Amino acid sequence: MPAPTVILDATAIQRALTRIAHEIAERNEDSSVVALVGIPTGGDHLATRLSKILSGIWNHPVPVGILDVTMHRDDLDRRAAPQMHPTVIPFDVTGKTVVLVDDVLFSGRTTRAAMDALNDFGRPKRIQLAVLIDRGHRELPIKADFVGKNVPTALNEKISLLLVESGAPKDEALLKKR
Amino acid sequence: MPWTKKHLLDIESLTAEEIVTVLDTARAFKAVGERTIKKVPALRGKTVVNLFIEPSTRTRISFELAEQRLSADVINFSTEASSFKKGETLKDTARNLEALNADFIVIRHSASGAPHFLSRVLEASVINAGDGAHEHPTQALLDTFTIREKKGKIAGLNVTILGDILYSRVARSDLWALTKLGANVTLCGPSTLVPKTFERMGCRVMHDVDEAIRDADIVNLLRIQHERQRKTMFPSINEYTQLFGLNKERLAKTRPGALIMHPGPINRGVEIDSDIADCSRSLILEQVTNGLAVRMAVLFLINGGKGPQEVAGN
Repeated sequence: MPAPTVILDATAIQRALTRIAHEIAERNEDSSVVALVGIPTGGDHLATRLSKILSGIWNHPVPVGILDVTMHRDDLDRRAAPQMHPTVIPFDVTGKTVVLVDDVLFSGRTTRAAMDALNDFGRPKRIQLAVLIDRGHRELPIKADFVGKNVPTALNEKISLLLVESGAPKDEALLKKR
Repeated sequence: MPWTKKHLLDIESLTAEEIVTVLDTARAFKAVGERTIKKVPALRGKTVVNLFIEPSTRTRISFELAEQRLSADVINFSTEASSFKKGETLKDTARNLEALNADFIVIRHSASGAPHFLSRVLEASVINAGDGAHEHPTQALLDTFTIREKKGKIAGLNVTILGDILYSRVARSDLWALTKLGANVTLCGPSTLVPKTFERMGCRVMHDVDEAIRDADIVNLLRIQHERQRKTMFPSINEYTQLFGLNKERLAKTRPGALIMHPGPINRGVEIDSDIADCSRSLILEQVTNGLAVRMAVLFLINGGKGPQEVAGN
């Protein structure tokens, strides 16, 4: 079995996040209504990193939340329930521009579940999507507003994002065959 | 570890990892109950039948609310229903309900083993809400959840279960769950209600309350099961209360951090003094809140575990 390919190393990941942060700033004139909501696992840590960079650009804190979408998935009766993570959204989402942050965009179903879950917390004025990697193969009409890297993949491949926040020795995005 | 069981019939057949999976999942569902919108679509379109042949208010309401908060459709079928009076067997009742494409049957019955029987004759998932004096799995799960939330762990804790053990399904389920998770369990009550044979399950059996609760981290009080006792097991309620009831004086002899639990409904002034039931060391109302979260978790996990297992993508 071939070793996994490194598609993004630590420097590339941080550069991509910096560029995404600048793109978010460019797209959103009114910085006071922007909030980041990360989807575990991976998206939550990326959202925290983005918030730090954005706070530097805008000179004010940018609120960050974590949204676990497990209860809103559309495949709950066809697979064993995945592990759940806490949802913490320490601000009102109503009226805000919520930027959902995820590590990998694939079928789009996680994003759909996230939008459903987010609606249970209030009515955001708009929702944007930032992902580190878009691997193609969308099954729903969903697209990311901000993308770190486009990586065309085959269906039998898997992308894993290792981050130091989760205990990995270094940041790495890996592509491997299943 | 992922939950792959189709039913929840008892704690006896669960591994410690499976119990912990339920507790971890319940934590997320407890948070749902604190939001403005207390509902998630996880069981949307599924039908749950609450088949309560033995009367219950609190457990049935707890299950019903759990089911509704998961967006399931709920049917309540209770002992007053006429078909039982007309002599319909349990199997036929259940089969009829299944013909309505019920996905889950939550059953409480006075006969031990009724849920196990149903699980063999039905396609639906069966959840035991209390069968005779045998087991009450969701009670034990909410009890262990409550203890873990308050004390941070189960292993190594001293838990004393006090009262009518012999006729108590709660005691049996608690005993299984606590011993599987590594707690030190002491059973205490009148010798007529707490036979020594229980020691075979890996706990201590005592008949002296003060001794039994002295080193306890948790004191779990059980009600006298009038409806299940065939003969009177002690001379009078008064004598039970004097010898085994938890009052202020007894409570003062426990460790400062010892907490009090009771599955409910409480008999104020019998197994528990009125002011103790309401004091800051009592977890009784939290148990009710946690019961809702645990039942949501159980339904959620069984929903996932019973179907064909697809592997999720990225």
